[in-house]
Amino acid sequence: MLYRESGQFKTSYAADQQLFPILQDRIGVLTLLAVALVAVPLLASDYWLTAILIPFLVFALAALGLNILTGYAGQLSLGTAAFMAVGAFAAYNFQLRIPGIPILVSFALGGLTSAAVGVLFGLPSLRIKGFYLAVATLAAQFFIPWLLVKVSWFSNNSSSGVITAQPVEILGFVFDTPVRKYLFVLVVVAVMALAAKNMVRSAIGRAWMAVRDMDVAAEVIGIRIMQTKLIAFAVSSFYCGVAGALYAYAYLGSVEPDGFNLDLSFRILFMIIIGGVGSIMGSFLGAAFITLLPIFLDIVLTDGAIWLGLNLPSGTTSMAQLVVFGALIIFFLIVEPLGLARLWQIAKEKLRLWPFPH
Amino acid sequence: MAWKKTVAAAVAAIACIAGSPGAIAQQAGTQFIGITGYRVGPYGANGAAFFGGFVDYLQLINQRDGGINGIKLSGEECETEYNNAKGVECYERLKTKSATGPTAIHPMSTGITYAIIDKAPTDKIPLITFGYGRTDATDGRVFPWVFPIMSNYWDAATGIVKFIATKEGGDANLKGKKIVLLYHDSAYGKEPHAVLEAEAKKLGFELKMIPVPHPGNEQQSQWLQIRQYKPDWVINWGWGVMSATALQTAQKVGFPREKMVGNWWAGSEVDTEAAGPAANGYYAASLNLGGKGYPVVQDIEKIVYGKAKVGSNPKLIGTVLWNRGVAAAMFTVEAVRKAQEKYGKKPVTGEQVRWGLENLNIDAGRLKAMGFNTMLPPIKVSCQDHGGSGQVRFQQWVGNEWKSASDWMKGDSALVRKMIEDSAARYAAEKNIKPECMGG
Repeated sequence: MLYRESGQFKTSYAADQQLFPILQDRIGVLTLLAVALVAVPLLASDYWLTAILIPFLVFALAALGLNILTGYAGQLSLGTAAFMAVGAFAAYNFQLRIPGIPILVSFALGGLTSAAVGVLFGLPSLRIKGFYLAVATLAAQFFIPWLLVKVSWFSNNSSSGVITAQPVEILGFVFDTPVRKYLFVLVVVAVMALAAKNMVRSAIGRAWMAVRDMDVAAEVIGIRIMQTKLIAFAVSSFYCGVAGALYAYAYLGSVEPDGFNLDLSFRILFMIIIGGVGSIMGSFLGAAFITLLPIFLDIVLTDGAIWLGLNLPSGTTSMAQLVVFGALIIFFLIVEPLGLARLWQIAKEKLRLWPFPH
Repeated sequence: MAWKKTVAAAVAAIACIAGSPGAIAQQAGTQFIGITGYRVGPYGANGAAFFGGFVDYLQLINQRDGGINGIKLSGEECETEYNNAKGVECYERLKTKSATGPTAIHPMSTGITYAIIDKAPTDKIPLITFGYGRTDATDGRVFPWVFPIMSNYWDAATGIVKFIATKEGGDANLKGKKIVLLYHDSAYGKEPHAVLEAEAKKLGFELKMIPVPHPGNEQQSQWLQIRQYKPDWVINWGWGVMSATALQTAQKVGFPREKMVGNWWAGSEVDTEAAGPAANGYYAASLNLGGKGYPVVQDIEKIVYGKAKVGSNPKLIGTVLWNRGVAAAMFTVEAVRKAQEKYGKKPVTGEQVRWGLENLNIDAGRLKAMGFNTMLPPIKVSCQDHGGSGQVRFQQWVGNEWKSASDWMKGDSALVRKMIEDSAARYAAEKNIKPECMGG
C-alpha cells in the first residue's frame, strides 16, 4: 500500500534512468543516509562505532569491490585481502614518503596502486576461467603478504613488519575520535557505493555482465574481452585497496601483512555469497551478516550463560557461537541461495502487492 | 547505552543471588578487570593455561584476602581467538564496562598489542605485555602506557645466544658456529631478527632464519633445509602447535634436541607433552619457573580449588603457562595495590594503575611474602625501563617436567637497551611524540 509506484509517471529520459526510480526508494535511501550521518553519531556509543559500525562499513566496501569483480564481471577471486594489503601499505608509504601529501590523495594513490597490482594478477583471467582463475588469484594472496614481509622497506623497516597509520587529517581537521572516524569512513563508503551503483548501470557495467553471462556471445557482439576483464580487476582492486587503507587508518590503526590473510579473503567472499552475488545492496547485507552476527551471538550467549547461572569458560560460548553461526549460514543458503539481497527484493515485490496480493 | 547497563546490572545481580561459582561478575565498588583471553583456536591450549592461572590468582585475592585492601576484584573475559580484529572488538567492549575502565589489559598476543597500542594513550588504559608485544615499548618515555614487564623478546634472543655461548664454553667459541632461527612467520616471529643479526655480527656466528607459516603443523621443507645447512644450534621461536611439530620433525630428521633452544612461548608443557618423547633434552628460556613448589600455588590449590571450588582447571596447576598467568595477574594486582597507596583505597582508574605500574618494585622479600619465592626474579619498573628485570632463566625438559638448567641471567643488555632506544626514537619521530616521563 505504501510501497507502490502507481501514479509516479516518468515524463523524461532522465526520470526514467535515475538511480532510484521509485519515490519511496529515494526517500528510504535518503532517510538511511540521514540516520547514518546524523542520528548514529549522536546516539551510538564508542563501542558501537569503533568495534561494530566502522568494521562493518570497511568490510562492506571490500565486499563491494569483490562483488564488482565476481558478481558483475563473473571472475572469481580469492585475493581480496591481498589487494586490501596493497592499498593499506601503499597509502602508508605515500603518506610517509611524500611530505605534506593530503590523506585522501594517499588513499586514492593507494587504491590506484592496488588497481595496478590487480590488473597484473588479472592477466591470467584472459586465458583461464572459474576455479582455475580462483587459484591464480590465490597466488596474489600468498605472494603479496610474503613480499610485504620480505621487503622491509614497505613497512619502513619496522622490526616486525607492522605499520602504524599516521593520523587522518583533512584541511587541518583531525579525524581522531570514534565519531569523526566513523563519519570519515561513512562518507568515503557512501560516495564509492554511489559510484559503483552508477558504474554497473553504465556501458562498462553492462559489458561486465555480458562477459559474466557468456563471454563468447559478448565478444561476438563487439565487447572487448581483455579490456573489460582488466577494467573489472582494476576497479575491484581499487575498491579493495581503499577498503584496506580504511581498515588500517580508521579501524585498526596498525596492521601487519599477516592480518591480510586468506581467512580474510574468504570472509569477504562469504559476505558476497550470503549477501547476494551481483548486488550492491548485497555487499552491505552480507558484510552486516558476517561482521555483526558473531558479535551479537557472542554477547547473547555470554550474557545468556550468566543469566542461567552457568559458569562457562569464555571458550565454550565462543565455540557455541561458531556452531550457531555456521548453522545460520547453512539455513540462509538453503532458504535463499541467491543471498539476502534476493530476500530483500522478494520483500519489495510482496510489498508492492500488499495488502491485496491478487 | 543505558539499557545495556541496566541489563548488565540485572545480570550481575542475578548471578550474585544465584551465587554462581566462578563467575566473578561485575559489581559496583569493585576493581573491574577486563580480560581479553582466548581458549579456542590454534592457540587455545596455551591461552587456557595462561588465563586459567590469571583468573585463579584473582579468585585467590578475593577468597583469601577479601580483595585488595578490601576492594574486591571483579572481571569479565572476552574471547579473542588470538585474532586481531576480535581483540580490538573485545578491547572496545571491555573498556566501557566499568567506571574505572578495565584496570590494565593483558592482550596476550603481539598482534593484538600492536592493534591497540595507539588506542591506549587516548583511552588511558595501561597495557601489560608480559614477555611479548612491542619490544621498544620498554622505553617508557615514548610508550608511557605500555609495560613489557620483566623481559622482552630482545632480552630473550640475546639471553638464548648467551646460553648457547655458555654451553659452547664462552663467547669466543661461537665464532664460525652456525645457528638457525626457526620462527613463526608473524609479527611475533620477526621481533628477534634485528637483534640476532647484530649478535651474529658481533660474535661472528652464522645466522640463518627460516620461517614457518602459521599455524606451523607442517615443517618438512624447513627441516630439510636445516638438515642441509647442518647448524650447531636451532633456536625455536614458535608458538602453539608449531613448537611440538618442530620437536617431532627434529626427531624425524635426527637433529639432537639438546641443541635446540626455545624462547619462553615455546617452552611449556603444552609444547613438550604434545611432542611426546621427541621433546626430551629440549631447552627453553623461561620468564618464570613451573611447578607447584610455591606457597602461592599451594594457596590457590587449597583455597580456590579446595575450599571455594571456583578453580578453572586442576590439571593445569603448576604448569609453566599457568604459573605465568598467576604471575601476570599478580602484576596487575600489585599495580592496583601500589596505586591505592597513592590515590586511596577505592577502585582505581587506568591512569592511577599506570602510575602504580611505573613505580612497581617487587623485590625478593616481597616475592617471598606473596609466596612466589624464586618463581620470578625481582622486578623494579621505572619510567626509562618499563621492563624492570630483563632476566631469563633456562630450563630443560627431562621427559615429564621442566628442570632448571641455569640461574637467572641477562643477555646482552647494553645492546638491547641501545636498540630499544633507537627504535623508540624512530617511533617517536614518526608519531610526533616528545619523549618524556609522565609522572603521576
